[in-house]
Amino acid sequence: MAEEETQVIVGLEVHCQLDTKSKLFCGCSTDYRSDGPNTHVCPICLGLPGAMPALNKRAIEYAMKVAKALNCEIVNESEFSRKNYFYPDLDKAYQITQYDKPLAEGGYLEIESDAGGEKKIRLTRIHVEEDPGRLVHMGNVERGKYSLVDYNRAGVPLIEIVSEPDMRSPKEARKFLNKLRATLEYLSVFDSEKEGSLRVDANISIKGHERVEVKNITSYKGVEKALTFEVTRQKNLIRRGQRIERETRHFLEGRGVTQSARSKEQEHDYRYFPEPDLRPLRVKSWVDGIVLPELPDARRERFMAQYGCSLNHARTLTGDLKLANFFEKVVSSDPKGLSPLASTWIADTLIGELNYRDMGLDPVDPESIAALVRLLKAGTITDKSGVEVLRVMLDQRLKKEKTETPDAIVTRLGLTKTTGDTGAIAAAIEEAINDNPKALEDYRNGEGKAINFLVGQVMKKTRGKADPAELNRMLNEALKKRGA
Amino acid sequence: MPAQTIIFEPDDKYNAFLKVCNKPSHTNGKLAGITVAVKDNISTSGIETTCASKILKGYVPPYDAHVVGLVKQAGAAIAGKTNMDEFGMGTTTENSAFGPTLNPRDTGRVPGGSSGGSAAAVAAGMVRMALGTDTGGSIRCPAAFCGIVGLKPTYGRVSRYGLIAYANSLEQIGPMGKTVSDVSTLMGVIAGYDRHDSTSQNKPYDHIPRADIKGLKIGIPAEYFGKGVDPQVAAVVKKAIGRLEELGASTVPCSIPSMEYALAAYYVTCTCEASSNLARFDGVRYGPAADTKKSWHDAYQEVRSAAFGTEVRRRIMLGTFALSSGYYGKYYSKAQVARENVRKDFQRIFQEVDVIAGPTMPTIAFRLKEKSDPLSMYLADILTVPANLAGIPAISVPCGKSEGMPVGLQIMGRHFEDERVVDVAYAYEQAVN
Repeated sequence: MAEEETQVIVGLEVHCQLDTKSKLFCGCSTDYRSDGPNTHVCPICLGLPGAMPALNKRAIEYAMKVAKALNCEIVNESEFSRKNYFYPDLDKAYQITQYDKPLAEGGYLEIESDAGGEKKIRLTRIHVEEDPGRLVHMGNVERGKYSLVDYNRAGVPLIEIVSEPDMRSPKEARKFLNKLRATLEYLSVFDSEKEGSLRVDANISIKGHERVEVKNITSYKGVEKALTFEVTRQKNLIRRGQRIERETRHFLEGRGVTQSARSKEQEHDYRYFPEPDLRPLRVKSWVDGIVLPELPDARRERFMAQYGCSLNHARTLTGDLKLANFFEKVVSSDPKGLSPLASTWIADTLIGELNYRDMGLDPVDPESIAALVRLLKAGTITDKSGVEVLRVMLDQRLKKEKTETPDAIVTRLGLTKTTGDTGAIAAAIEEAINDNPKALEDYRNGEGKAINFLVGQVMKKTRGKADPAELNRMLNEALKKRGA
Repeated sequence: MPAQTIIFEPDDKYNAFLKVCNKPSHTNGKLAGITVAVKDNISTSGIETTCASKILKGYVPPYDAHVVGLVKQAGAAIAGKTNMDEFGMGTTTENSAFGPTLNPRDTGRVPGGSSGGSAAAVAAGMVRMALGTDTGGSIRCPAAFCGIVGLKPTYGRVSRYGLIAYANSLEQIGPMGKTVSDVSTLMGVIAGYDRHDSTSQNKPYDHIPRADIKGLKIGIPAEYFGKGVDPQVAAVVKKAIGRLEELGASTVPCSIPSMEYALAAYYVTCTCEASSNLARFDGVRYGPAADTKKSWHDAYQEVRSAAFGTEVRRRIMLGTFALSSGYYGKYYSKAQVARENVRKDFQRIFQEVDVIAGPTMPTIAFRLKEKSDPLSMYLADILTVPANLAGIPAISVPCGKSEGMPVGLQIMGRHFEDERVVDVAYAYEQAVN
């Protein structure tokens, strides 16, 4: 199949919990995750007969902040509607959401495209709605004897951000989500670390074929996984000459597959109508009063200008609010001196080691990374030793052992770089050459690569402490002496 | 201040009460020691609140409706919960799951509805005042049929927080009493802003009725004396309006052409809202537990079919249909246009007149079971629904009798001029008593 015939088209609907202190229509706290079921509830969020919603202004301000940051247009008059459906987690049997008059329309988010360079993903709309409660199935959903309902989550404010079908691969979808998450966190309206704070529905199609909606994606990685699975599934169907059904599929996170939803679930008629207990929202004039903080793109530019970060490093560092703050703390004592090393060591090495350990940034304190970078900058340790020190530091934190400063680790492990004319390097060189006559022979015969082998041998003997430049110089001299 | 207790043991021959509070406590205040009955769709903390429906049997609200809190604060004793048409759906109080209320003036007749229990309790002298709710006439109709006074306030003037919603955009809680003064006093207690009700307005009611109506201009809409209105009732009301003219008011003939669509707009709107409001009653949290091993979907159906009455099911089905995809534009949207037209008609008329007067109901109280056909019952609301559609205040005050039964004079006013309709009713009441 030609490339354009298998063009992947992806659009996302992203639901994010707004990080307000209280719920959307009542005063109940949204900080329910460590508490027992049904402890953060009141007549309003339980949907008790007679209770009425009273809009949390802060939630609207948060949503408008997002809309402004995403370049959306706040509409003159928006409205809440009822989305009617029966489900045990829905206390009122309708969800208060926005339907034909969302808070904001249009807008875009820039991501790095697969082809390289920036790419605008257009947005359709942003609207505000309440989260339903949560069902806890005793056993599994198919065969469990019964289910329990927890309304702690009911009424937590959500925004739904709907994109146009502008993404062309699962990878772009992941980038969109990452960028969106970063933006929301920069705005201090969202906490991505809270369990269930983000849910995604994805529309995916192969150009010229029917569109499939994948629901129930609850993690950042899950989006790429679910879409990659769908791309393969849909392409296989097309290859076999089969038709792609227009349908809703559920993503089963554990198995990494999507599964067709029963057709009954698609036949919902939500019977939307304006919520009579809330008045229309006329908040467009608030927009001017909203002051946006520095957003990821601006910060990226600043990192390049101020710290001399490369584009890729700047992108990585500013793609996560915590990481960006962390970097700035690390270099704060000596921005000019530390930035070049710190950006590589944080964006590449630290991130890699953290991911390898499936570890977050929180346990790592900027000061100890700054100390490590200072050791590297002063030439006290080699890069190789630097990695070793970093690993020890992270392992201590991961295992919650007593932590040591980088200097203490260097001293304890004797990792101080062996420099200059100290005999150790010279001795190691002599040993290496004597032990490997074949390498010497090869080198004499003009095989330059043989020197790399010898460098490796010397490094091994000095346990990486030798300064690579120094080592190269001395090795060359030693070989010359032997007539090579 | 220390709470005091009174003994309340009424002889409830009319089935006005669903729940009597025998020893209500009360404090001091404007309503100190006055017994106030509360319609059973208004939440009362610790007192079973059923909306006269089996589906809410056993439901005891953990909180007071805003108005109940205010009434208690004013020192009143909550005497009990009054019977009604299930969820407010009816004009006779016959649609109660717990039996009809009888009209104290003639026990062979209905008290009107849906606040029939509240009206009967006041008319029979069991309580001094009562709270009712009016979605399409549910305070004014029983007030007229039982010969008492009932006010539907301007939409937004009284908080609905705690009122178990039937049709949110139409209904208001309002005062009922034997005299205009009592109604005005209770209105003064319950009106005002409540942050829990986003549709409530900061318009407190602080008013003592005045009988002076000299120079008042009264609009007399032709539609209120035309087809479908019993000529004897019309004659009684016309005579009453004559008394108002004798008191110095003048009358101006007018017309509300949009009334042609008012009933349709009303029934589409209220059934749509009701279908959504009543969806939460699924047997999981309220009412008789669904003792079933069926899936939740089937269990909901089982409970809802068994526990809702016929009229409630009819209105849920009508509303569900009208909101369905493909029909919304044909029904709900059109109803809102018609509603807007009613509002505009009133606006236009109120540029020329101060109040509008006419009969509250087109007939006197029906005999029990007389309105077995739902459509003919709906038609009885024709003179009361316009005020709900427009959101304007309207009061019903007794103005004589026809066939020995009370007839109500209805006075409608501009938005937030509840005081004026009270004054006109008061002027009439003072003149004839």
